[in-house]
Amino acid sequence: MITAIYLAAAFCIVLGLAFSRSRALSDLLGVLFLAAQTILTVHGLANLHVTELQYFTFDSLGLVLLLALTVISYPSMLHSRIYLRKPMADLHSSAVYNASYVLLISAMTLGYLANHVAVTWIFTEITTLSAAMLIYHHRSKLALEATWKYVFVCAVSICFVFVGILFISLALLHDGCSELFYTDLVAHKESLNLFWMRLGFVFLFAGYTAKLGLFPMFTAGVDAKDKAPAPAGALLASALMNLGFCGICRVYAAVSGTPLGGWARAVMMVTALLTLFVATIYMARIGNVKRMLAYSGIEHMAVVTLGLCFGRAGLMAALLHIVMHTFVKSGLFFHFTQIWRTYGSKMIDDMGDYFKLNPFGALVLLFGFISIAAIPPSGLFFSELLVFKAMLAEGSYLIFGLTAFMLTVLLWAFARSMFRIIFLPASRPVEPVKNSPWESVSQLLLFALAAYIGFNPPAFLMELLREAASMIA
Amino acid sequence: MLETLLIIFLITLFYMSIANRMRNYIKILIYQGVLLFLVAAFHLKEFNVFNLIWILLETIVFKAVAVPYCLERIIRHNNITRETEPYLPHFVSLLITTLVVVLSVLLSGSIEDIILDKFFFVAAVSAIFTGLYLIVSRRKILTHVVGYCVIENGVFILSLAVGNEMPALVNLGVMLDIFASVLILGIFANKVGDVFHDVDIDKLSGLKD
Repeated sequence: MITAIYLAAAFCIVLGLAFSRSRALSDLLGVLFLAAQTILTVHGLANLHVTELQYFTFDSLGLVLLLALTVISYPSMLHSRIYLRKPMADLHSSAVYNASYVLLISAMTLGYLANHVAVTWIFTEITTLSAAMLIYHHRSKLALEATWKYVFVCAVSICFVFVGILFISLALLHDGCSELFYTDLVAHKESLNLFWMRLGFVFLFAGYTAKLGLFPMFTAGVDAKDKAPAPAGALLASALMNLGFCGICRVYAAVSGTPLGGWARAVMMVTALLTLFVATIYMARIGNVKRMLAYSGIEHMAVVTLGLCFGRAGLMAALLHIVMHTFVKSGLFFHFTQIWRTYGSKMIDDMGDYFKLNPFGALVLLFGFISIAAIPPSGLFFSELLVFKAMLAEGSYLIFGLTAFMLTVLLWAFARSMFRIIFLPASRPVEPVKNSPWESVSQLLLFALAAYIGFNPPAFLMELLREAASMIA
Repeated sequence: MLETLLIIFLITLFYMSIANRMRNYIKILIYQGVLLFLVAAFHLKEFNVFNLIWILLETIVFKAVAVPYCLERIIRHNNITRETEPYLPHFVSLLITTLVVVLSVLLSGSIEDIILDKFFFVAAVSAIFTGLYLIVSRRKILTHVVGYCVIENGVFILSLAVGNEMPALVNLGVMLDIFASVLILGIFANKVGDVFHDVDIDKLSGLKD
């Protein structure tokens, strides 16, 4: 019932925002949407395992991701509002921005909760549409280029996922099942036709890598996060990647523990290592702050995918990692608006002396860097440690060695750029710009929240994670 | 009858790999649309009348008329040159397309399947990979769109193969068709053409590391 109300409310709010030409009305609709989002999340937590509207189930995996999205939707709405007012954007492009923003958040929400292979796919399609509109916000030549690349790669990837769904449906048809609910997949997992399931998994996995940001199709996502406004980039670099993970994880649950499980793990592991390799190479020669953050997201998703490969302990660590990464990465993107205001550039070569120019912001940025680099007291440190523990528990020393080596090189490159921004003198004189410390508070809270979850994870969250991890064998 | 249609479809793929002019691509897309219309009409026996009419209408109106018309208009509007400008000689393209078809035939040889007709599988997989090959081997953005349309046609054939058992998937495939084509063609191919004029992939190299 609540899901139906949420669906209707989101639809009306998107329409209202698209046609609203008054900033006050847009603010009001934004607040209404946040209320609807929160009510749905709380309702979901109170009604674990309840299915609504036939296609949406409040299961633990969906709820964990939804919780992370809802938490960042508050600061992201706030920063979108700041973004659209400093400097003042015109009413038409603000309306398009706001409407696609709400559409993106609600499509991701419903995508997480979908319990049907095709429904997840449909909402993934909708995220492509809304993300494209956000990337094109500035209507410049480069924004158009990024949008075109993103739309085209996502269209191909969506085709791939659909082909995967078709092959999986063939596997199910052989077992006499003509429905495509995830529960059907798991119920028939022992007797699924291996040939079709194998093809299905490969296509589906390759398709979802465009959203998750793994090796073959990650490129378009990087351009998108670079050209999208920073508050939108925050969603693209965190919650939208989680949607790709959700799609892969749910199908992997139907493969793990079957004769295909080991093969699927090998596919994911090789992809994750290749991704890590590519991210490390690019990170070493990066010149653009936003692209640097995007590649760091790709690195974290590679770690998460590795976690998925190592059993329940690994998946639990991966999910914890995803939740904290969502907070920290979006926080860093929110902070980018201030960096842009200070230097008027995205290039690291133009930056420096950030500590003098924006002392409080620089402290927050430093805290954010420590958090994203998984250096204690960052929460990500604990989840990464747990992923490594799961790896070593299964005796995968080679994978551990490779991962640790690449992460070290990547961290070196990341730190070099970050410290240059914060501590080294600027290459050219920079006029001090006034940045209100209040704008950094939301980021500080997000980083602190991630650190707190790392040290003392709330019992209900751990319970959810444990249950979500039990979906794989 | 179905086999004949699908074999003609495979032949259009070969022709596509060696086509010299942009107009030829569009003509082939029209042929493919008509072929898919016929395949759907002969194959989908379990469908109720309204659903069948909707799907047939979509294939003929969308695949055979609207999309080619749009492409034609974009070519005329942006004065795109007639040559397809491949990176590789046609002979190599033909060889690669043949390889794709042969590999999918070999792959289909390992299937013992009562539900899936092997012809559907071969035609679909060949179309998907030929489309991908067209995308990576051609310079014009519009050719990429053509390659994408070929992939979509392949996906549609595959959805027809399971269509009698799972009608919902055919409808989803049709939805994908409309959604992606409108997004790609309607909004962006037009915009990209207006902003970048001669629509060449070399122009889209502003974003890099």
